[in-house]
Amino acid sequence: MSQTFMLDGKAIPFEEGQTIIQAASKAGVFIPHLCYHPDFKPHGSCKLCTVKVNGRQTASCTMRAMAGMVVESDTEEINAERRALTQMLFVEGNHFCPSCEQSGNCQLQATAYHLGMMSPHYDHFFPSRPVDASHPEVLLDFNRCILCSLCVRASRDVDGKNVFALSGRGIGTHLIVNAKSGQLADTDFTLADKAAQVCPVGVILRKRKGFAVPIGERKYDKAPISASVETEGR
Amino acid sequence: MNAPTKKLKVATTSLAGCFGCHMSFLDIDERLFTLLDYIEFDRSPLTDIKECSPDCDIGIVEGGLCNAENVHVLREFRKNCKILIAIGACAINGGLPAQRNHLPLSTILEEVYHTSPGLANGMIPNDPELPLPLNKVHPIHEVVKVDYFMPGCPPSGDAIWKVLTDLLAGREPTLEHGLMHYD
Amino acid sequence: MALNDMHTEAVAGIVDRVVTRYRRDPTCMVQILREVQEACDWIPPEAIDRMQATLGVPRTKIEGVAGFYSFFYTQPRGKYRVLFSDNITDRMLGNKAMMDRLCSSLWVERGKVSEDGLVSIGKTACTGMCDQGPAMLVNNYAVAGLTAARIDEIAELIRNKVPLSEWPAEYFRIEDNIRRADILLGSDLKPGDALLAARARAPSDGLMASNMRSWREGLPTGLSGPISMLDEIKRSNLRGRGGAGFTTALKWEACRNAPLKAGLQRIVVCNADEGEPGTFKDRVLLAKYADLVFEGMTVAAYAVGATRGFVYLRGEYRYMLDHLNAVLAHRRRENLLGSNILGIPGADFDIEIHVGAGAYVCGEESALIESLEGKRGTPRNRPPFPVTNGYLDQPTIVNNVETFAAAALIALNGGDWYAGIGTRHSAGTKILSVSGDCERPGLYEYPFGVSIRQVLEDCGAQDTQAVQVSGPSGICVAADEFDRIIGFEDIPTAGAFTVFNATRDMFQVARNYVHFFQHESCGFCTPCRVGTSLLKNLMDKLANGAGSPYDFAEIEKLNQLLQSMSHCGLGHTACNPVLDTIAKFRPAYDKRMMQQDFTPAFDLDRALAAARQMTGRDDAAAHLTTETGGEA
Repeated sequence: MSQTFMLDGKAIPFEEGQTIIQAASKAGVFIPHLCYHPDFKPHGSCKLCTVKVNGRQTASCTMRAMAGMVVESDTEEINAERRALTQMLFVEGNHFCPSCEQSGNCQLQATAYHLGMMSPHYDHFFPSRPVDASHPEVLLDFNRCILCSLCVRASRDVDGKNVFALSGRGIGTHLIVNAKSGQLADTDFTLADKAAQVCPVGVILRKRKGFAVPIGERKYDKAPISASVETEGR
Repeated sequence: MNAPTKKLKVATTSLAGCFGCHMSFLDIDERLFTLLDYIEFDRSPLTDIKECSPDCDIGIVEGGLCNAENVHVLREFRKNCKILIAIGACAINGGLPAQRNHLPLSTILEEVYHTSPGLANGMIPNDPELPLPLNKVHPIHEVVKVDYFMPGCPPSGDAIWKVLTDLLAGREPTLEHGLMHYD
Repeated sequence: MALNDMHTEAVAGIVDRVVTRYRRDPTCMVQILREVQEACDWIPPEAIDRMQATLGVPRTKIEGVAGFYSFFYTQPRGKYRVLFSDNITDRMLGNKAMMDRLCSSLWVERGKVSEDGLVSIGKTACTGMCDQGPAMLVNNYAVAGLTAARIDEIAELIRNKVPLSEWPAEYFRIEDNIRRADILLGSDLKPGDALLAARARAPSDGLMASNMRSWREGLPTGLSGPISMLDEIKRSNLRGRGGAGFTTALKWEACRNAPLKAGLQRIVVCNADEGEPGTFKDRVLLAKYADLVFEGMTVAAYAVGATRGFVYLRGEYRYMLDHLNAVLAHRRRENLLGSNILGIPGADFDIEIHVGAGAYVCGEESALIESLEGKRGTPRNRPPFPVTNGYLDQPTIVNNVETFAAAALIALNGGDWYAGIGTRHSAGTKILSVSGDCERPGLYEYPFGVSIRQVLEDCGAQDTQAVQVSGPSGICVAADEFDRIIGFEDIPTAGAFTVFNATRDMFQVARNYVHFFQHESCGFCTPCRVGTSLLKNLMDKLANGAGSPYDFAEIEKLNQLLQSMSHCGLGHTACNPVLDTIAKFRPAYDKRMMQQDFTPAFDLDRALAAARQMTGRDDAAAHLTTETGGEA
């Protein structure tokens, strides 16, 4: 018999070593997240997946499930704080959804929908982040980067290339690529890389393939992000 | 909803926007007639009234702030409307016009009026009638207190209807999946 | 000659020399970058090329690390790099006037590099010279007690391109300012005595560190030497001196009991990243009592079975590096470090010093370990904790400088002796770094239990409004609380004790601290990375007279969010100064809320300045008044 913990009043079975979010998605319960991806080592930085474990907030992507734990996730209080985090991400970068190729497929946007984010609330930072169009196949639009480091992990751990890394500190933290010129064209990055597939927002974009699926018929237009737990959990 | 004893006065305007949100407003179609049982339009492109009455109930603002005149109009709305609603991406985060924000204004004016090909003896317009552009385009909540937001580019007629009927019924407006869009 | 224009070959030569000395070990990345910069004045792309080749690590990793630390420059910064310490105490002592004086004297704009590439002048967080400010760092060497005359002399030296090594030595003299000494600051421990006492405490098998093979290969549980040392620490009730107050014996025991994989070893780390604004006791302990600290580390190594030790010295204390290395060399000669220490078979332990590079967050133990491993100083996800999975995944204890010093004395005099000092819940003494509005700033060591009032009296503070205890992440104590005591049962502290008299504006104090946290946020987690910036902007908004009750409510909401969602203590405590000053000095905030209604954070009229300039207009319509200005 497997062990269980309680998530919002529901018993969730888990295997030894599983994190809260892993066990929850397996059981079909959605916990909002951005930097977490089932294929990669958890990072724990976006904090969207924060839950209350026995009354104390912790990231559910790094916290191992333990028998008898009492976990709160889908509460008004926690969702309000998660909403504030998405608002922070929106004002930190330049997120102009109407002109973004990823609109409708974007996890940040879909998560904000899920959390009922009606406005960015805070004052915008409007940072200056030039795009990198040097690569023949791929465009990098840093304006939308949320520093989740999924591309960093994919390139390092799967592609074995270290094409991406985070540099800078604090509010100046930013994505860099592995070239003296600072340009993607001068790296060994290709479209076949795992790192090309994992961006949850609209930074890493395939050139000449824009708007293949019309706005309004995209992934999260069809079903809310909470429904994606079905596929992700497997 | 029961018919009200007194109709709510609604003012609308488009600042640095494209009037797309106003067009979408018209997309609530025949429900406009129902709406008109509850509201009357004050200052609005629909009425051509030029100034807000001092006792407006709801102000709906499309577009962000790109120049001094936008600021004046927004302040007029805030002053005269009990409830202020930002409608559409531009009012909410600056939208398309705000994509100039990473460029210094001087560079933009130079490029447009001086160095652009085909310009002979170009000069930057300096007629006092013309509102001066702000250094950056701002969403309206950065300049006045905004009470409610209707995201979308534009929000659909259904979304607008939902928010307005929520408000008229005294509910906190929400948009469920399918109505909530930023694009 | 402008070193900025160094030839590629010369740069490669420098890199090779440094990298070779660090055994081509990428875990020494922070040290390598520091030394390359010391030689090149910055870290040029050619140096990164060469490091990439010789260390065999990707460029992204090197640039990621170089970009993290404030003291590393991947853009040319001038041959003389001046950073003024910008703690609140430096401000109270007039650091701004000093900086302006130097800037105008050298014709350089603050934060910029002079056109000839000679000098850059900027600000940095507290440099740990609060008792002798205002202070600055020149190429990371501390200069304290600045006066207008000294600034003029320095300007002259820089203008004449006099090498730092030829500047008058007195400029670099740092005072100890020990005002009240107790067991630590009064210690005259003879190097080796604590270790000998620890060994003497055990029966005959204590002569062995662990077993006949080596200290590093597991520890028989029945071994009485190290165990009895651990017992003394237990009996002493020693708790960590870095602020959190974790029970030292528990930490050491957990590390000792952590399973050790083949080929790995246990690690002792001394946290000398004394970054909390207002504290400077570790600087004096290391400058004057280095043997005591190193001896404490060796005692710890003996107790937990560690064979490798590190001191993580904050970059601001770079000037102490040669001295500390000399003490270590002496200890090696005396067989107090190295193999078979004091003839104890298998007692192998040595200490190396890693110098930080301007990152407060590295005071957090897991971030410190990341930095020791040559990475960005980002706090790790925990569990697992360092005691089981620390430096290079090995069992590691990280303790404060003062904790090790106390441990040495406990080894010498016994746990019961130590537990008899202080209060029931807080054994021993605490060194306070007293600065701010008082006649005699400096170090005061008291048995735990001393009242705030007593300290204020001893340091000659008058008309005191508030004391910030334990720095920005600590607690702000108001006058009606001065009978509270220093101790884990009441006011715990890492040591900072910053005094503010009645003339000080406590809002500005909090604002200075908020700026500090914003600058030091590592950027890893969303709430702290963005939240500290939002908080800074709101405090600035209040300071600029644009604040309204709306902004005040926003500040309170942000406080809540940072406390509940942040990844580490930095984010959790970043709001403390604001929360405390709001609770205790509310009028200072009320005064700042000059607007009834929401007002923009930015100046609308100034937002038209560029357009006015471009069009040459200055008519009435070319201006926007603020709302309070009358016209709407």
